[in-house]
Amino acid sequence: MERKIRVLIAKPGLDGHDRGAKLIARALRDAGMEVIYTGLRQTPEMISEAALQEDVDVVGLSILSGAHMGLVPRILKSLQENGMQDVHVFVGGIIPEEDMPALLEMGVSAVYGPGTVTQQVVKDVRKIVLGYTEE
Amino acid sequence: MKSIGNAQAVLAGDRRAIARALTEVENDTKFGSALLDELFVYTGKAHLVGVTGSPGAGKSSLVNQIAKIFRKPKVGQPVRVGIVAVDPSSPFTGGAILGDRVRMRDLSGDSGVFIRSMATRGTLGGLAKKTSAFAQILDAAGYELILIETVGAGQSEVDIARLAHTTIVVESPGMGDDIQAIKAGILEIADILVVNKADQPMADLTLRALKANLDLAHPQQFSAFDRMHLHTLAFEPIPIVSSDVPDIWFPPLFPTVSTRGEGIELLVEAIVAHKAYLQDNGQWQQREAARLQEELNDLLLSYFASQWRMQVNKSKIEEVVHDLLARKYSPQQSLKRLL
Repeated sequence: MERKIRVLIAKPGLDGHDRGAKLIARALRDAGMEVIYTGLRQTPEMISEAALQEDVDVVGLSILSGAHMGLVPRILKSLQENGMQDVHVFVGGIIPEEDMPALLEMGVSAVYGPGTVTQQVVKDVRKIVLGYTEE
Repeated sequence: MKSIGNAQAVLAGDRRAIARALTEVENDTKFGSALLDELFVYTGKAHLVGVTGSPGAGKSSLVNQIAKIFRKPKVGQPVRVGIVAVDPSSPFTGGAILGDRVRMRDLSGDSGVFIRSMATRGTLGGLAKKTSAFAQILDAAGYELILIETVGAGQSEVDIARLAHTTIVVESPGMGDDIQAIKAGILEIADILVVNKADQPMADLTLRALKANLDLAHPQQFSAFDRMHLHTLAFEPIPIVSSDVPDIWFPPLFPTVSTRGEGIELLVEAIVAHKAYLQDNGQWQQREAARLQEELNDLLLSYFASQWRMQVNKSKIEEVVHDLLARKYSPQQSLKRLL
């Protein structure tokens, strides 16, 4: 049996829209993954604690508030403090293109802006976790 | 490379090691089963409490509230709480959305609480195949109360009663009339009954229907052994005989509003009282005995099935199944042809 990919989908910060997060969660579910959904307004500590307890392969962050440059480093640091430095972090939401290189530089695996095709995310998650893509 | 958890680290309560151990067990790896073997002698201490009921009845919110009270009791020491929350896997893709943590955010940041979500991965009955093993790991890791939340259950997802010491059945208003209340199945397994969302208009009716049903019951105690007989074992089970006739437990009924934390104190008192009842009446040992023997039975059956699969050749199975589908032989006759 192929091993199950476990993904945490979290919304850090204060914006209250989780349609994008739910859309991605649903797409990953339909791709056969187990998606842990934690809801709105999560602190970096809450996210890294959930990632630790759930022993996920991937953490997907949805940020629409523009606070990504502040939140992402704090989440990465908290994950590291919990011994979760190997988890792959994806960021999606309203992320200006000029911020993307800096996020990737911090250690984020991929960044997705508006208009992303969900199948691309599915493909990338498989590739990064399993090391290959099945077509 | 993720760090590999080990038994010593689990026993010491290392959260990363516990999380890794759960993954290994869930994926049924050799490492996972070795770990379970090693930890088994340290299990049997925790109070396993099941929370079941229909989808949307408020199970997760209730678990959140129950855990909060055990973490900050009015008297005595805080109790370490492990939570296993089960949600269904898609029968089509195998994927799952595990969303129970959304209602448990109050517990975040408390190192005395460990929450793990799990998908059923194809198992019916309200739990996943490895839920019992998850409870054992958390038990060995020193969690004293383990709350097990089943998938949203219908009338017959009653496996939780075989696993838990105490089963809480959560209903919500508008569940149906008094005929629903006297049907067999999920309501029968309740050691404690809860009508959640008790602030809603239909709540009184539901409470009355359930109360009337409880009053109809003749005072009798189904022991864990009687329950097990619903499900025949491959061997004659050894009962744990207690010398005294046990007292009878009457399932209490509580209205709660879990989003506001109303009615939870009384519910928690009943959980504690039920544990004391089980221990004072030999029922704790009975339930453990029933559960362990069922577990052995399940392992035995899957062992024999895999032994058989190794011996019989594939073309024979295909031939028999083909004839069965062509209605040449009945299922009973097909069995004889395969053995």
